[in-house]
Amino acid sequence: MANASTVGTIGPAETDEILAQAVAWRRAGKAVALATVVSTWGSSPRAVGSQLAVNSDGAFLGSVSGGCIEGAVVTEALDAIADGKPRLLDFGVTDAAAWEVGLACGGKVEVFVERIEG
Amino acid sequence: MKSHTLDRLATLAATKQAHARVVRISDGRETLVRPDRVEGDLDAPSDVIQAARAALRTDASGMVASGNDRYFIHVHNPPRRMIVVGAVHISQPLATMAALAGFDVTVIDPRGAFATAERFPGVALLDDWPDEAMAKLGPDSRTAVVTLTHDPKIDDPALIAALRSTAFYIGALGSRKTHGGRLERLAAAGFDARALARINGPIGLNLGGRAPAEIACAILAQAIQTLHLGGAK
Repeated sequence: MANASTVGTIGPAETDEILAQAVAWRRAGKAVALATVVSTWGSSPRAVGSQLAVNSDGAFLGSVSGGCIEGAVVTEALDAIADGKPRLLDFGVTDAAAWEVGLACGGKVEVFVERIEG
Repeated sequence: MKSHTLDRLATLAATKQAHARVVRISDGRETLVRPDRVEGDLDAPSDVIQAARAALRTDASGMVASGNDRYFIHVHNPPRRMIVVGAVHISQPLATMAALAGFDVTVIDPRGAFATAERFPGVALLDDWPDEAMAKLGPDSRTAVVTLTHDPKIDDPALIAALRSTAFYIGALGSRKTHGGRLERLAAAGFDARALARINGPIGLNLGGRAPAEIACAILAQAIQTLHLGGAK
């Protein structure tokens, strides 16, 4: 099958690509965190299971929104790389932070961020 | 996530093996639930394991609660499949488009001149007769079956195999008249009206297009609609 990028869907091809990148970064000696959309409400742009891999240089692959919250998620991922603690992030219009890094679509998402250990 | 879990997930994904990763939100401990076994450092409660197995069947990742804990179940199923019968002009754009939409596509055509790598670069091709090819491929509830040859010798055996399977989508190319004749033959072969209603014919959503790529788009759109909305017309 075509090795296609699947913007706007969560297909196995996309997941494979992100996991493969995370593995490659680890092999290159970089610390890596993985952010995953674990729940959504309303018209959030990415499906549950969508992922973003982040390395210790701040490079990332994948997406957890239409681009609205990636910056904040990358920052949290770098914090998770630093302290090793998994965190559950909440983004949405009812959140105070939403006015800064909220979802323009009016949806809500929860994103789980964890460091790759060991 | 443990790095060996990451390696394991990448391997399972690359080898197209179904699995669900269960992670406890509070501490990130995890377990991998597979159809036949469970592996990992999290001793997840049995209701969570059961939820993970159910999620594998329904292809639905999501959060579950058990006791005072929340768990995320991340389903990784192999790609959905599309079996295309007939290596014809519509099959070429359909194979490409369906792959973009995440399907693993196999094109079947026993006529050797049609199913060639030149005409279908990068697409899995089978030149068996459809009944043999379908037996090999074993369509299931994650499979769409599309027949495009108009030739009853080729299409009918594939449709019979599809109707006997749990394929989530079945579509057959052909005019209303062609389709009428097809339904009569399949009825004579023992399929009742309810079974025959699973066949989308004439195939595809009515987009009004006539070009091969437009028809391919209409077919793929109908398969996707059936997948998510259960065949709302």
